[in-house]
Amino acid sequence: MNSEIDTAPPPPPLQDTPPPTKAEARGATRPGDRIFLGLSRGSGILLLLIMAAIAAFLTYRASLVLTENEGNFLTTFEWDASAIPPNFGIAVLAFGTIVSSIIAMVLAVPIAVGIALFLTHYAPRKLGGPIAYVIDLLAAVPSIVYGLWGALFLVPHLTGLFSWLDEYLGWTGIFEWQGGAPRTLLTVGILLAIMILPIITNVTREVFRQAPQMHQEAALALGATRWEVIRMSVLPFGRSGIISASMLGLGRALGETMAVATVLSPSFTINASLLDPGGGTFAQNIASKFSEASVQGRDALIASGLVLFVITLLVNGLARAIIERRKEYSGANA
Amino acid sequence: MAKRIDVSGLTAYYSAHKAIEDISMTVEPRSVTAFIGPSGCGKSTFLRTLNRMHEVTPGGRVEGKVLLDGDDLYGSGVDPVNVRTTVGMVFQRPNPFPTMSIFDNVAAGLRLNGKYKKNELSDIVERSLKGANLWNEVKDRLNKPGSGLSGGQQQRLCIARAIAVEPQVLLMDEPCSALDPISTLAIEDLIGDLKERFTIVIVTHNMQQAARVSDRTAFFNLAAVGQPGKLIEIDDTERIFSNPSVQATEDYISGRFG
Repeated sequence: MNSEIDTAPPPPPLQDTPPPTKAEARGATRPGDRIFLGLSRGSGILLLLIMAAIAAFLTYRASLVLTENEGNFLTTFEWDASAIPPNFGIAVLAFGTIVSSIIAMVLAVPIAVGIALFLTHYAPRKLGGPIAYVIDLLAAVPSIVYGLWGALFLVPHLTGLFSWLDEYLGWTGIFEWQGGAPRTLLTVGILLAIMILPIITNVTREVFRQAPQMHQEAALALGATRWEVIRMSVLPFGRSGIISASMLGLGRALGETMAVATVLSPSFTINASLLDPGGGTFAQNIASKFSEASVQGRDALIASGLVLFVITLLVNGLARAIIERRKEYSGANA
Repeated sequence: MAKRIDVSGLTAYYSAHKAIEDISMTVEPRSVTAFIGPSGCGKSTFLRTLNRMHEVTPGGRVEGKVLLDGDDLYGSGVDPVNVRTTVGMVFQRPNPFPTMSIFDNVAAGLRLNGKYKKNELSDIVERSLKGANLWNEVKDRLNKPGSGLSGGQQQRLCIARAIAVEPQVLLMDEPCSALDPISTLAIEDLIGDLKERFTIVIVTHNMQQAARVSDRTAFFNLAAVGQPGKLIEIDDTERIFSNPSVQATEDYISGRFG
């Protein structure tokens, strides 16, 4: 090995090497580079093809039934999709999906950020490890298990909360309770909050952990308390991370199926009060109707799935726009 | 305004490791004191004990006394947060808050420590930026992020931020080591102006810089790697660089080691 290196001719002087051609600069001449380029480009294209295929399939199947639909797809409060002619609309599903997800976000994001800050900036290391482990475990519980827990434990224990809300906040209209079983959008929101807590916590924790020491020291040296250090250097740095984490959580909340289907008693009405029956969600509606639906009914469900698809895209776009808007000030270009 | 620092018998640890041992010195108000010495001799650690930043490092603890005009910084009941408002600090790498504008960076410390009216705040910000010789370069873009400035400008922004809260003492931890010679010169000129108002302590690896900016120079050394750093001598800068009383100082200054 050594003798080979020793006897190798000296490399030509630098000025004699020809400047790299365009193709070389792109790294496409050596076989290894070419294969790798092909593989990675192929993967990228494949992803786009899959997305396009899904969108095309959903759109095609949806269009079959939408042209037959008697009702208005966006505003009808009914789901009679297997009838001839069909009469269905997604108003109630959109309402229920969005409201329950908002409840979940309102409950979960502050708690998740709090847990992440505690783990990274307050908890002694001996305590932080086990807590982080438990949170990881929470993320691994299958959603049907959450659903069973919700139906068998959470629902019976929510009557107290519901009557308290009715008594003190009932005047707002949002928290009026007629006394029915607590299997409503609020219940779903609470359950979804618990389900999306781990993912939001984990992502924000990772971001907070990377908050630059030098900015935290800058704040400390100005006479900042621990909370002020977090406010001045950790939270601004983690802002886009918190938004991304929330969007991951929101994505899960919007699409969650089994847990919602197990806990919610859906009704095709819209109710101002979160404590009274009213609303369903896209995913729950698909899950509970799919097995018994006719071909036409399935197409209607696919149409509703397409709407969920679009809502998710919009939410992601919005999140990106929020992150982009403050890019100049983000910690990324520090 | 500026205060005198008396350190006696100060020893600092990182967990079980003793980083500096038994350091005693006096720093006169309205003067520049430079700390020089080879890497690992504990000069930065010592600097950080002067505003209780050392204990922020996990495992960091301190024994001994640091008196600021007679008040012990490590006395019981002394809040380190208050110490740090009295003893400001500028770091090795410029570290303006990236999410804040130039104005907000300078105002950051003020907003922590009390309520100011809007015009009061902008007066202090202007005065601090002028004090840091940065005003003319940034007065038209106070609302732009501080991270858009050059390295030297960022460091002067950090100095403006530190002096905005009117500390008694200003600690500088190799403030020019990440800067080019022209920015370094700007900071050195600034140090000359600032010593009219503050007690300044500066750690530097650059002996010419110590000779240029400081009135007094302290030489730190360590017996061997893993041994605690010690203060070898402190004297007038002129004397340290011409006729030091300890042989090790002369060896270091003349480039025989380090």
